[in-house]
Amino acid sequence: MSKKINIVKSSVVPVNIENIDTDQIIPARFLKATSREGFGKNLFRDWRYANDDEQQPKADFPLNNPAYKGKILVAAKNFGCGSSREHAAWAIKDYGFDVVVSSFFADIFKNNALNNFLLPVQVSESFLQQIFAAVKIDPNTELEVNLEEQSITITSTGATEKFDISNYKKTCLLNGYDDIDYLLSLRADIEAFEATRI
Amino acid sequence: MGKTLFEKIWDKHIVKQIDGGPSVIYIDKHFIHEVTSPQAFQGLEKRGLKVFRPQQVVATADHNVPTLNQHLPIKDELSRNQVQKLIENCAKHDIELYGLGHPFQGIVHVIGPELGITQPGMTIVCGDSHTSTHGAFGSIAFGIGTSEVEMVMATQCLMQSKPKLMRINVEGTLNKGVVSKDIILYIISLISASGATGYFVEYAGSAIRSLSMEARMTICNMSIEMGARGGMIAPDDITFDYIKGRLFSPGAAQWDRKMEYWKTLYSDADAVFDKEINIKAADIEPMITYGTNPGMGVGVNGHIPAENEISETERPSFLKSLNYMSLQPGSFIKGKKIDYVFIGSCTNGRIEDLRMVASFVKGKKKASDVEVWVVPGSKQVEKQARQEGIDKIFEEAGFQLRQPGCSACLGMNEDKIPAGKYCISTSNRNFEGRQGPSARTLLASPLTAAAAAITGQVVDVRELI
Repeated sequence: MSKKINIVKSSVVPVNIENIDTDQIIPARFLKATSREGFGKNLFRDWRYANDDEQQPKADFPLNNPAYKGKILVAAKNFGCGSSREHAAWAIKDYGFDVVVSSFFADIFKNNALNNFLLPVQVSESFLQQIFAAVKIDPNTELEVNLEEQSITITSTGATEKFDISNYKKTCLLNGYDDIDYLLSLRADIEAFEATRI
Repeated sequence: MGKTLFEKIWDKHIVKQIDGGPSVIYIDKHFIHEVTSPQAFQGLEKRGLKVFRPQQVVATADHNVPTLNQHLPIKDELSRNQVQKLIENCAKHDIELYGLGHPFQGIVHVIGPELGITQPGMTIVCGDSHTSTHGAFGSIAFGIGTSEVEMVMATQCLMQSKPKLMRINVEGTLNKGVVSKDIILYIISLISASGATGYFVEYAGSAIRSLSMEARMTICNMSIEMGARGGMIAPDDITFDYIKGRLFSPGAAQWDRKMEYWKTLYSDADAVFDKEINIKAADIEPMITYGTNPGMGVGVNGHIPAENEISETERPSFLKSLNYMSLQPGSFIKGKKIDYVFIGSCTNGRIEDLRMVASFVKGKKKASDVEVWVVPGSKQVEKQARQEGIDKIFEEAGFQLRQPGCSACLGMNEDKIPAGKYCISTSNRNFEGRQGPSARTLLASPLTAAAAAITGQVVDVRELI
């Protein structure tokens, strides 16, 4: 897993579907591994292939369209709803994405993504539609996501928008820190807290 | 200004507040299972750590286990390996495991309450989004990812931002044939599958207060299906009576002291919520879903929205969903032929659910072309059902009573609904492929599912009782 994230400039893979749940991102029957690696090959499995033998890719699904490639996944609103499976974030990251753009993210998915250095960028509905429109005209349309500046720009049109992220998480992503390192540094506080409880 | 129920518990669990960032929250109970824990144990080992507070962790095997012949080795190699890893990890880290064959084994959100582990005022987490179930006891309970499972194992704490707070008041008396599953399906259909994202929800009002603990659990269980971080209900005498005398409930020596705290757990009259929604219980009909998210539901006599009732931006996703379900916009769902019935899951796999189904089907037989699976939520539920003779009623009706696990709710084991078939299910998700590749799920209450099992189609159960 590549840690640290700051500027990602890339073409995109657009999946213009609302309410993409984590069962679509990674179906339950592929959750049986005991390590974090290798989930990318089953990303959007049932939308990519007609059967489990992988012999029949569905041509109309954007991941199977050679025109679309890049490190940024763009999806319609309420992305990542449903199951808490972190395997969804692992699959997206393992497939090669560093950023997911949507107009709305489910809470648990957002946390899971941030814990895996996969940056969820929430944009306005109108900006999201601008991205989809630009990519429809030119599949090579690039986005530039700048974490330090908290900005996202469609490079061809110059259209840009700011996005939110907590200062704490921003620092973690920019520096490659994770929550566990931080929590472990608080062990003495945690033990002191425990001692005060009934 | 007073405090909400959520704030009273949250504030008591803050170990440290980070300026402009999340809070470090102490976790009282941590449930784990075979699917979302192995990578967390692996992470701990990489860091050379042991589980920090193993006595606050409880494990079970539920997600991928077979529901037939549980005494035999698991056939599927990957599932067997995951369950084996859980056994090894729990042994290595001194964690109590209620694994296959143990009399307490079952779905994690069924066993926590029935063993008395789940108690008011606690913070409870699990690597499973339906952890919100435990909120029915007036606790803060929510699902987490595997990195967070690792954090709790390492430090018994989590970094969490305080969510916004919503209260949903359901007032009045429920109609005949309308049960708690219908209440929550109605709420989700009203506010959508993302309507509570960013919020923690408290359910209140006379209709909620009148419910049993198990019925309350069904409601809190599905909070995540409208995007909520969790759901909760203030504890009352119904809660305290349920907890008293269970295996891990506070004993006589501690009981009064615990009660003193538990009785402070309610939202103050002047507490402020970021959002409030008021619902009349009388408006709720038996519910059924027609689409591929739990917000796509209607009263059983209602019709699927017509195309022009859906906004232009939402229309492509709406049509994609109906295409998957092979249902027509604007059509009625009543009378729809079904192929399978699944009664079970952390939503509706408790003894009261099985009793509800049994009392309806007693003396009746299932429709000949329908297959019916009843999967109890735990070994204890299964045992209780047999003691009460519910197994005989199911046998006579042609229902299969299986062994405990998550089963066809997510189809991780072999309990999958075949492609293209319609299943009326008491579970919590109707996502594409959830119950098996290309399977079509209609979510409903145990009563509506039982009626479908007997008639072979979607019916208004009120016409049959």
